[in-house]
Amino acid sequence: MVKAQNQSTDRPGINPGQSHAPAEPVVRSIGVESRSAPLSENITPNGESVRGGKPHTPHADQVADVHAELAGEQHVLGIEDFKLYYGKSRALHGITMQIPANKVTALIGPSGCGKSTLLRSFNRLNDLIESVRTEGRIRFHGQDIHDRRVDVIRLRKRMGMVFQKSNPFPMSIFENVVYALRISGEKRRSVLEEVCEKSLRGAALWDEVKDRLNQSALGMSGGQQQRLCIARAIAAEPEVLLMDEPCSALDPVATAKIEELIYELRGKFTVVIVTHNMQQAARCSDYTAFMYLGRLVEYGPTNTIFLNPHLKETEAYVTGRFG
Amino acid sequence: MAMTAYETYTRTKSQIMLGLCVAFTAIIIGVLGLVTGYLVSIGYKSVSVDFFTRNPVPAGADGFPGGMLNGIVGTLILIGLASLVGIPTGMLTGIYLAEYSSGSRMATYVRFIADVLTGVPSIVVGILGYELLVVPLGNYNGFAGALALAFIMIPLVARTTEEMLLLVPRSYREASVALGATKATTILKVVLPAAAGSVITGIMLAIARVAGETAPLLFTALASRFLVTNPIRPFPSLTVEIYNNAARSPYPEEHRLAWAGILILLLLIFALNLIVRMTARALTGKK
Repeated sequence: MVKAQNQSTDRPGINPGQSHAPAEPVVRSIGVESRSAPLSENITPNGESVRGGKPHTPHADQVADVHAELAGEQHVLGIEDFKLYYGKSRALHGITMQIPANKVTALIGPSGCGKSTLLRSFNRLNDLIESVRTEGRIRFHGQDIHDRRVDVIRLRKRMGMVFQKSNPFPMSIFENVVYALRISGEKRRSVLEEVCEKSLRGAALWDEVKDRLNQSALGMSGGQQQRLCIARAIAAEPEVLLMDEPCSALDPVATAKIEELIYELRGKFTVVIVTHNMQQAARCSDYTAFMYLGRLVEYGPTNTIFLNPHLKETEAYVTGRFG
Repeated sequence: MAMTAYETYTRTKSQIMLGLCVAFTAIIIGVLGLVTGYLVSIGYKSVSVDFFTRNPVPAGADGFPGGMLNGIVGTLILIGLASLVGIPTGMLTGIYLAEYSSGSRMATYVRFIADVLTGVPSIVVGILGYELLVVPLGNYNGFAGALALAFIMIPLVARTTEEMLLLVPRSYREASVALGATKATTILKVVLPAAAGSVITGIMLAIARVAGETAPLLFTALASRFLVTNPIRPFPSLTVEIYNNAARSPYPEEHRLAWAGILILLLLIFALNLIVRMTARALTGKK
């Protein structure tokens, strides 16, 4: 692997031992900061408070203080000074935030601000992109997801993902929904059928497709396809559901259905949703994080962010004056 | 509303372009029709039951010129053996190039070599087979022929597989990986099935290509006037039979036999295509 060696030489501080055989790039952790190296002098080991005027997050200390509601939540994901690079350019500049359990957390911000990149970091989907490397930590139930001992396959099974563009596989509706079970080796027809029905009901799609489960998923409408993708994601019974602008390609009726669904999924799943649509964030989320240019600007309860934000930048964005 | 001069110009240009495309398509189809028509008109008279049921009969003997049973069976066996080696090797190479190599230097070399091999004249492959597989074994044999054909297939199959896999949207791979599938599972259960139709087309083209090869077989399998099923011996094939009857025989009866052989070779490839396509459709449709 000539290339990997080159990468590690022009990137000091990255552990070159992380590059594996080229046959397994999916499970390769692309750039984990050497565990012996200090993450940052401004961050405590558990990453709860960011103080001391870090140059790249000028508001971080204010934000952490004012939204005390977040501290009372039980957290599933803890992001600690997380930085992500595409090649040489840095897309995320040290994000620190906690994602509360069984709540809907929305990530808002203008295009290109790193929302999707951050979301895709949670299940390490960015590992698929050759040029990506990361610094800092993301903890899932306290465990660093970039740790060598973490099985990325198992991690992804615990986090469902719904993409911006619906992407059902070119198979039948049934096979799409039970895909996660199939790849886990489940063969019992009764189990597959039960999960299929439960998941499709969960995604509010059962009544529309129950008579054509064996037809191709590609024959469905756009809104149905997206709900099928949600059904496929929840069939694996994940703890966290990551949604990357799930409604951006849908008409208002389909959008309303998906939003209703997200509302119903809270409590059962921890939902993190990236959205461009601020009404959507306001309607269906408990907490909202406003990101801008790869930084977390303000993060707090959705009501506060939209009605009474603490920072001028947040207010300007949520009221539509910029962005 | 009157058209401006520029509008007239662009529209005329568009019409001329369309006309040229239609004309040249017609020429291609016309030539193809001419060749096929000529072949059928001459060949069909010589296709008889004997053609399918008898081996060649030497001049002067009873039943001359006989048929090409040996060639038909030989070609099918050769194609089968060549596919057995060529399709898996080619597909795995294609999968490596498309899914695993991601810009490595190794992949650049493999791709370049595959492209060069695609253009290598098949007689060169024949000589290679002669040196490597015929000389050491001491006689012409079917395995050497099949491997020479496989050698022609591999780069074709590898490059089409690679190109077809790259056409599968990345969103399929992401969806599968996000559901906790390993890379191998993703490739086998999502990417390959999504590309199955076009990969199969590529494989069929490769099979059709080698089914019509004569030069590499002349140096490797050679020929036999008998029905041979053991590939360790000199092995008959439809193409070499056609060549022998058409170019190396003074008898008009054998010339006609060659015409029939060409027609049957064409139909054979056509039938193979149809069978594989229908099977593939049935298999993917069932899912």
